[in-house]
Amino acid sequence: MNDRLPGFSTLAVHAGAQPDPTTGARVTPIYQTTSFVFNDADHAASLFGLQAFGNIYTRITNPTTAVLEERVAALEGGTAALAVASGHAAQVVVLQQLLMPGDEFIAARKLYGGSINQFTHAFKSFGWNVIWADPDDVGSFERAVTPHTKAIFIESIANPAGSITDIEAISAVARKAGLPLIVDNTLATPYLLRPIDHGADIVVHSLTKFLGGHGNSLGGIIVDAGTFDWSKNNKYPMLSEPRPEYHGIKIQETFGNFAFAIACRVLGLRDLGPALSPFNAFLILTGIETLPLRMQKHCENAKAVAEWLSAHPAVAAVSYAGLAGDKYNNLARKYAPRGAGAVFTFSLKGGYEAGVNLVSNLKLFSHLANVGDTRSLVIHPASTTHSQLDDAAKVKSGAAPDVVRLSIGIEDKEDLIADLEQALST
Amino acid sequence: MNHDSYSDDYIREILNGVKTIAMVGASPVNVRPSYFAFKYLAQRGYDMIPVNPGHVGKSLLGKPFVASLLEIGRPVDMIDIFRNSSNIMPALDEALKMTPLPKVIWMQLGARDDAAAAKAEAAGLKVVMNRCPKIEYGRLSSEISWMGVNSRTLSSKRAPIPTLGMRLSLNRMSVGGGETTASDRAAKNKSELT
Repeated sequence: MNDRLPGFSTLAVHAGAQPDPTTGARVTPIYQTTSFVFNDADHAASLFGLQAFGNIYTRITNPTTAVLEERVAALEGGTAALAVASGHAAQVVVLQQLLMPGDEFIAARKLYGGSINQFTHAFKSFGWNVIWADPDDVGSFERAVTPHTKAIFIESIANPAGSITDIEAISAVARKAGLPLIVDNTLATPYLLRPIDHGADIVVHSLTKFLGGHGNSLGGIIVDAGTFDWSKNNKYPMLSEPRPEYHGIKIQETFGNFAFAIACRVLGLRDLGPALSPFNAFLILTGIETLPLRMQKHCENAKAVAEWLSAHPAVAAVSYAGLAGDKYNNLARKYAPRGAGAVFTFSLKGGYEAGVNLVSNLKLFSHLANVGDTRSLVIHPASTTHSQLDDAAKVKSGAAPDVVRLSIGIEDKEDLIADLEQALST
Repeated sequence: MNHDSYSDDYIREILNGVKTIAMVGASPVNVRPSYFAFKYLAQRGYDMIPVNPGHVGKSLLGKPFVASLLEIGRPVDMIDIFRNSSNIMPALDEALKMTPLPKVIWMQLGARDDAAAAKAEAAGLKVVMNRCPKIEYGRLSSEISWMGVNSRTLSSKRAPIPTLGMRLSLNRMSVGGGETTASDRAAKNKSELT
């Protein structure tokens, strides 16, 4: 028997899933149960002590969710994954393993507005201090490193403008400083870009977006690349030191190259509690089966709409890395050759007022705060997703007051263009 | 051979082929990894022998401890060395005095001694370093998938319901060709830093 590498689309359909042992059901069943019976007292103790494979309670593991976890780990090329209730929950759980009160992490300034808000305000009460750096200036990451720095956080394709981050350059900074690089790969999905291939140590996603893809389920996931040595320099005691809650087990010593995913599960998810519903896991899994087909269509439509907009007389500028001549086009061709994603921004010559008019005149695009749906979506970031930022921070993060963000769906592109045309001429 | 990564076929052939495993450094303390690796392999049907001179007279899950590999008195297929990298060579030297010779030397997760590996290979033995047989068995059988671990295998066959003492099929379709590219990179990063 030869080891061979099936392609991405085969993994998207099969990885992690196998006909159900009890019933033979081919589609992964929804194990909608809180708890699982033990064989006997010894089995129970072994499971609680992390010594045996098996399920205890859906806050820690669930068979439906486990299929989703293995599938995303396989698609990203990681060693293991942990699914949680949302992308925000994934970020909390990851950083809880890495930071103690008083520690710092460096984050790219161009992020989803909700992440900027979480890092700036919510994490302050945990004593985790975010230091901002400019993803277009690698030196700003290098200069931000201090003895208290524990991690670097970036988005692969950044919200809201779809700009592309030079992951390899920032990974080199992280390696030199002995820090793990965390990459939010939500807008790219592993179909377009696999951050682990470019030096990421941890990948996080909001599954809510393109991976689930149908706008019906919240979810988040953490993928462990298995690349980081957590025991060096005693900087990450959650992974390198004996854990009192597990009779002195050292997580990295016991679990090797998937230790980070286990720490997130048994020290993060177990104690913080943001578990994913098995029903959501099922819906997201079903979505992932068509991820390659959907991403091809999303990208094809996005490019057509971006090209059409950039030729329209009412449009001041289009920021889409898939456009020839875009500031990020070279990076897009390097990191995401299959397509630059389907989320981008543009600004209108008529400024803020024209943007607001456009949003209210659209009939097919939905005005809402999500991206990565089968449906095309539109929002005005400055007054919504990025509204908690001050004006200077809005401009720096790519959400200036005159900017409109689109998330292009998988409808017929002619219909999307017709809708924009009627809305711009109203 | 290259010990930075192993093909699934190489590990699969070892775990499918060996029946008797002597574990050097097996611990009776039930929170040590050697204890629960020993227990898991016994539950999956391997004939396990605990080797630890500090615990002679006691037994581990019903199997009496022996002081050294040379006191086992029956053929052993694989020696699983649960010691630090610096303590591999003495255990290997003892293994090479056994008759018949064991077929496989396995060094636990975290343990690697390239000189010992070369010596064992020169004597015709197969070598695995820095891996856990429990994790590899769980991975190739996909039992480990319950923890969200990437088994790097696929199967369209109905899975058996694992029961105590049951051997699981390791012959699933491999998707990763052994280690992931990320693991290769991790190994490379480590050697660059040292």
